[in-house]
Amino acid sequence: MSNSITEATATPYLTLRDLRVSYGSVEALHSINITVNQGEIVTILGANGAGKTTTLMSISGLLRPTHGEILFQGEALHTLPPHVIVQRGITQSPEGRRVFGTMSVLENLQLGAYTRKNADEAAKNLQWIFELFPRLEERASQLAGTLSGGEQQMLAIGRALMGCPRVLLLDEPSLGLAPILVQFIFDTIKAINKTGMTVILVEQNARAALKLADRGYVLEVGKVVLEDTAPNLLANPEVQNAYLGGQRD
Amino acid sequence: MEEFLQQLTNGLAVGGIYALIALGYTMVYGVLRLINFAHGDLFTLGAYLGFTLLASFGLSGVIGGLAGAGLLVLMALIFVGLVGVMLERAAYRPLRNSDRLSAVVSALGASIFLQNAMMLLYGARPQVYPVRLLPTASFMLMGVEIPFTRVLLFSSSLALMFLLFWFINRTRVGAAIRAVAIDQGAAKLVGIDVNRIISLVFLIGPALGGAAGVMVGLYYGQITHDMGLNYGLKAFIAAILGGIGNIPGAMLGGLLLGVIEALGTAYFAVGWKDAFAFLVLILILIVRPTGLLGERVADKI
Ligand SMILES: Nc1ncnc2c1ncn2[C@@H]1O[C@H](COP(=O)(O)OP(=O)(O)OP(=O)(O)O)[C@@H](O)[C@H]1O
Ligand SMILES: [Mg+2]
Repeated sequence: MSNSITEATATPYLTLRDLRVSYGSVEALHSINITVNQGEIVTILGANGAGKTTTLMSISGLLRPTHGEILFQGEALHTLPPHVIVQRGITQSPEGRRVFGTMSVLENLQLGAYTRKNADEAAKNLQWIFELFPRLEERASQLAGTLSGGEQQMLAIGRALMGCPRVLLLDEPSLGLAPILVQFIFDTIKAINKTGMTVILVEQNARAALKLADRGYVLEVGKVVLEDTAPNLLANPEVQNAYLGGQRD
Repeated sequence: MEEFLQQLTNGLAVGGIYALIALGYTMVYGVLRLINFAHGDLFTLGAYLGFTLLASFGLSGVIGGLAGAGLLVLMALIFVGLVGVMLERAAYRPLRNSDRLSAVVSALGASIFLQNAMMLLYGARPQVYPVRLLPTASFMLMGVEIPFTRVLLFSSSLALMFLLFWFINRTRVGAAIRAVAIDQGAAKLVGIDVNRIISLVFLIGPALGGAAGVMVGLYYGQITHDMGLNYGLKAFIAAILGGIGNIPGAMLGGLLLGVIEALGTAYFAVGWKDAFAFLVLILILIVRPTGLLGERVADKI
């Protein structure tokens, strides 16, 4: 409070502070701290079960922390219901895509704009998403459940973008995709970020993620064990051994 | 031929009622994976509401004919719908995160409560609708005399079903209901207020059930406090027949069950009327456990 000017300029965009999250009596996140600045791509790396999905689901409000807080532009997020968090401008493309399989591609995208009442804006946004993913426009009337895995991934990202987010959460967008498609998805994420959108990227594909990201966090069994700029993490021997498959590249 | 046409039209009329009630079961199951055992009693509540409005509030002197019947149906829609919303708040929402069995017990409790409340209020003996609002005329169809009310009953339930079908498939909120039924978590992630959608489903389902109750009262003239048991069970079977959770399935299942029951009674044995429904249930569970329209499109993960 004493130095309000520096505090205002230094207020981080999105902060997870001392966050603890449990499933029943089992704690999955043990006091993690993560900070994201506006316009950044931040990647969260970690082995299976490290707590990456748990972290994103907590930000989206589907899981409630038992301790700690999540602040977005200085305001508490962890007490808000999920739909209000979407209204505040945080959307997610979840792990496993979770598209609405028995609905058409177009309906899926329109549902992404469920909280956006402005029809013109939504139409413009849809046009932009069709430019990013022309495949979705070709398949607009097809049932989402009949899309290929890669197309479903595009749809999941497109659906999250339809909410006009300020922060986009991506949970393993490259999972199970052919290498050429992985490159396309990562290029697209870069393009989305260039529009000023902040991105939090959870990935198993650590090398590609670190090449794309500004900064990264490494989670191990529910704790942040490393945080650094992406180039530093790429060069870090521990990271190379554990997540980049040795000294290659 | 005459017998067949009579029974077919009769079966469609009753089947329309089954379908309207079945929609309530199937919609609630769709979003909560819960069988609302009190749903049959909400249907009864609609029937008694119609009775009260006609008998106690002197409405019988004021309204008459088709417009009156329409008004009664509308009032039952609204009132029973609101009771449905309150039921969800009181009996189901507090148990949302408990185990399955608690919700089932709560549903059974709500059913017993409603049934006994109606028995206390109206007595255990059947009540008779005080006025016949519907015309007694009939018309000839291929040489067979069909009562006008039968056509009216069928077309009213059909109209309500089409309205629902349009709402679910053509509106933004309808799409949200479908989304919640498919994946509640993903629905939350796109910003759908899932609690509101569940409330809405508990408004629409019971509203249709309540409307069906008044329609039965108007059509048959006589109602009992436990009529929800029989109609509810038949409608539940209809919902399973069509594929529980599937809205067109409930419509199809209701109409089909009504026709099978009517034809079976006419051509095989009257005494076995209720057995046909169970026979259909057993057959469908053996041959096609997902129901006729259940799981039409498999989600590719
Ligand atoms: N629904 C759940 N119920 C109980 N435990 C869970 C649940 N979901 C996750 N967990 C546990 O919480 C921990 C973190 O899981 P989480 O899904 O966040 O990991 P992750 O880093 O996303 O892993 P992956 O790379 O496999 O997606 C794991 O130990 C997991 O077993
Ligand atoms: Mg995960």
